[in-house]
Amino acid sequence: MHPGLEWYLSLSAVLFVIGLIGVLTRRNVLVIFMCVEMMLNAVNISFIAFGRAISSATGQVFALFVITVAAAEAAVGLAIVIALARRQDTVDVGRIDTLRE
Amino acid sequence: MENFLWVIPAAPLAAFIITLLFGKSVLKSQAHWPAIIGAGIAAVCAWLTFFQVRGLNAGEALNNHLFTWMNTGAYSFDTQQFKVAINLRADHLTALMLLVVTSVGLLVIIYSVGYMHGDGGYYRFFAFLPLFVFSMLMLVLSDNYLLLFVFWEAVGLCSYFLVGFWFRRESANKAALKAFWVNRVGDVGFGLGTMLVWTTFGTFTFTDVFGQLEKRAGIGGDITKGTITAICLLLFCGAVGKSAQVPLHVWLPDAMEGPTPVSALIHAATMVTAGIYLVARSWPLFDLSPGARDVVAIVGIATAFLGATIGLVQRDIKRVLAYSTVSQLGYMCFALGVGAYIPAIFHLMTHAMFKGLMFLGSGSVIHGMHDEQDLFKMGGLRKQMPITAYTFLIGALAISGVTGLAGFWSKDEIIVGAYHAGYPVIAILGLVTAALTAFYMFRLYFLAFEGTPRYDQEHVHPHESPATMTVPLVMLAIPSIVIGALVGIPPDKGAIHAFLGKAIRSDLFESHGSVASSTTLTFGVLSTLVAVGGIFLAFAMYMRLSPNPYTLGDRLHWLWTFLWHKWYFDEVYHVLFVKGTLAFAMACWAFDRYVVDGAVNGVATVVGRSSGRLRRVQTGFVANYALAIALGAVLIVGVYLIARGDIFTQLFG
Amino acid sequence: MDHFPLLSVMLYLPTVVALLVLFVPRLAPDTIKYAALFATLATFVLSLIVVFSSQQTASLRWEENYNWLPSVGIRYHLGTDGLSTIFLLLTTLSSVIALVASWTSIRVNIRAYYVTFLILETGMLGVFMTFDLFLFYVFWELVLIPMALIIGVWGSANRVYAAIKFFLFTLAGSLLMLVAIVAMYTEYFNRTGTRTLDLNTLIAIPGGWSHTFQLWTFAAFFISFAIKVPMFPVHTWLPDAHVESPTAGSVILAAVLLKLGGYGMIRFNLALFPYASHKFATPILILSVIAIIYGALVAMVQPDMKKLVAYSSVTHMGFVTLGIFSFNPQGFQGAVITMFSHGLVTGGLFLCVGVLYERAHTRQISAFGGIANRMPTYASVFMVFMLAALGLPGLSGFVGEYLSTLGSFRLANKTYAAITMFVVIFAAVYMMWLYKRVIFGEPREEHHGFADLTRIEASTLLPLVLGILYVGIYPVPLMKLLKPVIGALLAPIVGSGTAAAAADAIP
Repeated sequence: MHPGLEWYLSLSAVLFVIGLIGVLTRRNVLVIFMCVEMMLNAVNISFIAFGRAISSATGQVFALFVITVAAAEAAVGLAIVIALARRQDTVDVGRIDTLRE
Repeated sequence: MENFLWVIPAAPLAAFIITLLFGKSVLKSQAHWPAIIGAGIAAVCAWLTFFQVRGLNAGEALNNHLFTWMNTGAYSFDTQQFKVAINLRADHLTALMLLVVTSVGLLVIIYSVGYMHGDGGYYRFFAFLPLFVFSMLMLVLSDNYLLLFVFWEAVGLCSYFLVGFWFRRESANKAALKAFWVNRVGDVGFGLGTMLVWTTFGTFTFTDVFGQLEKRAGIGGDITKGTITAICLLLFCGAVGKSAQVPLHVWLPDAMEGPTPVSALIHAATMVTAGIYLVARSWPLFDLSPGARDVVAIVGIATAFLGATIGLVQRDIKRVLAYSTVSQLGYMCFALGVGAYIPAIFHLMTHAMFKGLMFLGSGSVIHGMHDEQDLFKMGGLRKQMPITAYTFLIGALAISGVTGLAGFWSKDEIIVGAYHAGYPVIAILGLVTAALTAFYMFRLYFLAFEGTPRYDQEHVHPHESPATMTVPLVMLAIPSIVIGALVGIPPDKGAIHAFLGKAIRSDLFESHGSVASSTTLTFGVLSTLVAVGGIFLAFAMYMRLSPNPYTLGDRLHWLWTFLWHKWYFDEVYHVLFVKGTLAFAMACWAFDRYVVDGAVNGVATVVGRSSGRLRRVQTGFVANYALAIALGAVLIVGVYLIARGDIFTQLFG
Repeated sequence: MDHFPLLSVMLYLPTVVALLVLFVPRLAPDTIKYAALFATLATFVLSLIVVFSSQQTASLRWEENYNWLPSVGIRYHLGTDGLSTIFLLLTTLSSVIALVASWTSIRVNIRAYYVTFLILETGMLGVFMTFDLFLFYVFWELVLIPMALIIGVWGSANRVYAAIKFFLFTLAGSLLMLVAIVAMYTEYFNRTGTRTLDLNTLIAIPGGWSHTFQLWTFAAFFISFAIKVPMFPVHTWLPDAHVESPTAGSVILAAVLLKLGGYGMIRFNLALFPYASHKFATPILILSVIAIIYGALVAMVQPDMKKLVAYSSVTHMGFVTLGIFSFNPQGFQGAVITMFSHGLVTGGLFLCVGVLYERAHTRQISAFGGIANRMPTYASVFMVFMLAALGLPGLSGFVGEYLSTLGSFRLANKTYAAITMFVVIFAAVYMMWLYKRVIFGEPREEHHGFADLTRIEASTLLPLVLGILYVGIYPVPLMKLLKPVIGALLAPIVGSGTAAAAADAIP
């Protein structure tokens, strides 16, 4: 007895929302990053679940793409974080507002 | 027919170009020679033309085609072709005008050699004078309305140049502008008139226009009386401006700011008569429109009377003459209005002689008095400047209409004509004006030349002018005496009628029957009486002081003030038109800045402000952007779901 | 001879020289100037060839018609008819004059200036010689940027505001035009299955454009052109642009850029949309008359010389729209001759203002007086331009303005012409009053060192004076050039004729 599609989607949704709340509320850039990763993986779960539900490999292919992009994003993002930390001596997003206006 | 009409205007034009190019660098104090030679050649050719034209039959003319000026081409969808050529045409009327222009022009140029001697702009003066002569000659030689309009403007331009000749003087500049602008008011009408001529007749050429009248403007023709009247009145607008008729007469007295030879040539003898010429030239049109002619007659007599009354009180010697010119132009104008075209041109010719003479005489006085123009600071000048005084006296007698002199014959014909054509009120007003004319002219003469000197004899030493100035005076005095009798006897049948009758074949005047010799005699006696009366009154008032003009002026102070302020025309115009236009222009400018451009800048401001508001959304905090992304995603998905509600059923069965 | 790509050579010569100037390193300023002068002069000579080889037919001369992007139906189509020829001549002539006028007055960023200037010339020439709407639009926009740069970089104090205003105004209009072009392209494809933007093909659309479609596209094109002309009430960019622009920029702006609008109206609005032209004629005529009188009145009270001349442009260009939308040969000839004459006269007036600005560094009328005492030659030359601007017969202004007014006088409603004629008073007032205040009067102490015209200044002004006299005294050659164009253009509008009218013989 395998759990139905709903279970996977529910897990994905819960993970996604946790990630989203983390992104919105946490101030530490590194934590935000991890939350973003969590959201991406929540989406991956949905992809794979859907793919399995309609018996198609496309979902898995997409998941692989997402993982690749996430890796690249993490690399670039961490580089930016390090540069920022060096420049501004902080990883608190509340104190980084150079994009304003 | 072989002819050399083009030489007549070309000679002064060449003089203009030569003087303009070389006057300053090469000719210097000899800059008058091209002008004299040019005008001389023109004068000789004008006489040759005159004799050639004399041999022509009625309706014939000398033609000289030069080149096509404008041609918009012929089209299958447009029947009227716009084509204007530079064509010269000399009929009898033109030939007479050529004589007047070239002879007075030449004499004035010779006179100016003495008058302008030592002036800083000597070469400039002798460049513009032949330019004027050229323009004026082209004006009378034009064979169509548009070309006439072109040179109409050109003589106006020369007038502007020459009135404002001493351009450092504020008053001269103002007068020049006023002259040009007031003339342009008339030109609005003239310009529209030329257009109406073309749209009605499909041509500008005089002979073609007049040739169509018989067929198309008669009974059953397609051209209505209203159209003809409209054309006449529009053309007359131009004449009102150029010939200084009421209500556009205000520029002419101010134009006396120009050098006196200019006043003599342009503002007495030639340019101001262009309006008279225009109406006389258009006689076939005016013949068909009694309404338009009535307007002309009324404007004319009003001008004649008004000019004479203002002339009564002026102190400036040139202004008296200027108002006299206005008044005399009024005579010519109402002569045209009553259909007496030939007497009008006759008076134009005699007036050119004696008024030219008097202006040159006044110039001689001003020259001898070291630029004094106030009559009440002269007196007794006959002893110091006899030639000027006696020639001036001849002019004054001629304009007053003393029997035998030039003015008598022409003015008498006009007044008789008005009476004969059924305008007795105008004839009587004409006689009254003649009395006024005699009075103010002799007031001028007595104040300037007779009596005791009123100038500062310690410092001012009047002297007679040099020969180059007195010779033209004498040359003009001779025709002022004889020309009237020479061509004007017998009245209404003289040589001038025989000559001009070949060009102006109007039988409007004759339609009232021939003038009874008793009428002629009565008016001859009457006009002599009023002339002598006016002269006598001037003698009594200014030589004998009884009645004393000064106490009389105090007693009739309201009248004196009214006349002194020239019937308040300038004041009213200043408020109505000058201030009105400026205020309106300022209002337009304010409208432009605050409404039109305000709308433009308003849009820009609104866009700028709202983008300023929107800009605040960019807080720079990553969390806010993330929230926006999330909300945006929810919004999009939500909208999609609502729009396509069936997706739930598809997904979740 | 017609196979020689004369127009292309003429068109790209300035750009090629501009690229050379841009990429060859270490050029002396003088070398740059002479190279630019060579380019403009050579273009001028080529345009003279176009003028002298012109024939009185409606067909295009020096035509170059190639497939450019066949998949979307865009062609590379150049050619000249009488109308183009006149404007090509005006463009090349005023380019030479504006270039010489920049010789000493442009002192910063010389290389950039001349590169911009030459690209601008290519753009202007392109507009007047293309017969493909895509190409036309490219050149139309190409004009915009260099001109905005010339105002914004080399202008005076408030230059950025003026440049942006100019840019946004014109861009707003041309975007509308772009929409209309795309609409026509789609409509033509839907109707015939052919993709094309060739002007003559579009004109000859089988069955003609539908009436509603005409009204919309006409309006889009017209607004774009009306802004360029500029017509009341979209004229306010002009005074600002003129005042802030350097002298050469003002000359080009007045002499050529305003003409783009009038040219466009004739070439596109009239030719493509005869029905809509008739429908819109009345409001356009009313706006023209307003522009004529209003511009003159506002010009009358300007304290700044350049602004005065700018508003006088509004007046003069009012005659252009008045003449065009009278739909008769006189009005049409008058409109085009007014444009040509306005280029000479107003260009000259801006040069004259520039001459004074170089010496006094102000353009306020009140700062001057009695200049005739110091600069007599200058005063005489200025006089000619002043008189031509107020429409004195014998000079170029009169011919065009009289014909335009006569054209409108032929309409059933004579009110337009009657009101328009009053401008002869106002024009005399604002021009002569300006002249009097600046030139006449007592000499002033502060103008003591003012030298008369330099040789460079004289060489820019003299050709214009000669041109003004020539057009004023003998405008027949211009009229002959225009005649076949009128025959082809007006016949369908007048309705009574056919395209065969184009073949009318010269009388």
